[in-house]
Amino acid sequence: MDARRNVMRVEFSSRSENESFARVAVAAFVAQLDPTVEELTEIKTAVSEAVTNAIIHGYGEREGMVTVTCTLEGDTVEIMVEDQGIGMEDVELARQPMYTSRPDLERSGMGFTIMENFVDRVEIDSRPRQGTRVRLIKQLKSRATPDD
Amino acid sequence: MGLNVEAVHRSGVVVARLRGELDHHTSDAVRARVDTLLEDTGSIRLLWNLSELTFMDSSGLGVLLGRYRRISQRGGKMACCGLTAPVRKLLELSGVLQIVPVYDDESGGIAALREA
Repeated sequence: MDARRNVMRVEFSSRSENESFARVAVAAFVAQLDPTVEELTEIKTAVSEAVTNAIIHGYGEREGMVTVTCTLEGDTVEIMVEDQGIGMEDVELARQPMYTSRPDLERSGMGFTIMENFVDRVEIDSRPRQGTRVRLIKQLKSRATPDD
Repeated sequence: MGLNVEAVHRSGVVVARLRGELDHHTSDAVRARVDTLLEDTGSIRLLWNLSELTFMDSSGLGVLLGRYRRISQRGGKMACCGLTAPVRKLLELSGVLQIVPVYDDESGGIAALREA
């Protein structure tokens, strides 16, 4: 099996029109591992959640930069979504299903629940007033063929 | 990419057909379009046709649940039809399927909402 690391990084303004750009960029990069349509949809959805969080909650009204780094290693996809926004005081509270810090925006509060269900591991590193880093890790089952 | 929203009034039911990707960026347009037609027609029955929705995330769930809340408060009904596998999974995971009935197609959904 080829276990060399392959890395892609994109950086963009925290504007909502870049949400689709971010998930399409990651999907295009991951496509070289030949994932199933379902795996690709799950990755796109998890990326969309993390990037939307950075835009709405990390930066809010002000504009900053969001960085998405995608690393492929063997059959594992790792995606890091970073912002230098306001950060979270209580990460565990943010992970609770239905919790939202912005009820005024008609949010469902399901972002982290979706991420946790669509990838294998979600790690959050957040510091108030410094920013948030969300690490998503997913093992592609479609790669587990005898030829590999 | 983006999202096309078509909202029509059929037999007392507002039908919202979404074509494309429903995320945080496109959710405002859906909200505005559907709320306007609900208000203009005075209808409290809403059917989402999601058969051509190619992507949805939790922002989309927020739109659906927000409309559900408003309509329920007025004693109305909301339903969905034409779910693709990924959209169904999202609605299942979030518990939406437990409160919102799902029909195969638009005519089935309209018929059920008219009787409700």
